[in-house]
Amino acid sequence: MDILLLIRDFASIALMAVGVIFVLAGAIGVVRLPDFYTRMHAAGVTDTLGAEMIVLALMLQAGFTLLSAKLLLVGFILFLTSPTATHAVANAAHRAGLNPLLSRHQPPHPRDAESGEKP
Amino acid sequence: MIYGVSLSLVLALLWWVLSGYDKITLLAFGAVSVVIAMVLVLRMRILDRETVPFMRLHTLIPYYIWLGSEIAKANMAVVKASLKPEIDITPRLVRVPVKAESDLARCVFANSITLTPGTVTVEVEEDAFLVHALDASFTAPEGFAEMNLYSARATDGDAK
Repeated sequence: MDILLLIRDFASIALMAVGVIFVLAGAIGVVRLPDFYTRMHAAGVTDTLGAEMIVLALMLQAGFTLLSAKLLLVGFILFLTSPTATHAVANAAHRAGLNPLLSRHQPPHPRDAESGEKP
Repeated sequence: MIYGVSLSLVLALLWWVLSGYDKITLLAFGAVSVVIAMVLVLRMRILDRETVPFMRLHTLIPYYIWLGSEIAKANMAVVKASLKPEIDITPRLVRVPVKAESDLARCVFANSITLTPGTVTVEVEEDAFLVHALDASFTAPEGFAEMNLYSARATDGDAK
């Protein structure tokens, strides 16, 4: 019985760690990518896989209880509302006339940028 | 009629899950609130397959599980693209043709595109979506056609 609890805890911790890594990667992407539309894609990583994995990990912790059912609802509502919100933001930017960057984006290496040379 | 019954059942279940009460008086209050909600819904005449999509759950749940695997794959690609030491991306704005019978199928398809990281539905048009993609590798027309086919099949069924 104890070994099962141990397995559950390990699975939950692993899921939470992976979720946190995805949230962090999304945040780094938001900082690094060049324009509004591409940053939105990085934010999408945070609210799909990152958030869902953390909710799943919490569900494993809660076990087969009413709390788990509530967490399932939270995950389901996130799954439905996050694309709607993303679409609303993207559509507003498009309607307002923000033109996306469409050329190949490849910033110069910091070493080259300092010396002023193009790679 | 079947929509009304299924909506009341789902509302009652939701009330019970969120409150967790088991006393008969409190459950009666829950029942009263479900009845009030049903009266409002009937008065507004919004009871149809769009507001109550529970009839298609047997096809929608497998669809969302398939979509989950697609999302996981796309997530890896986006994380890889944004964590590369030197960012090298080619953002694209493409028009994706949509073949869907109903508004519900179009909505599910547009949501699926947005839910998949790397692609966002920017504008909904008459028979196409304007989709912004993080990199040219996300814009394969076969991928969109496959997703369109599966989402339409999950919401409208094979018969149509």
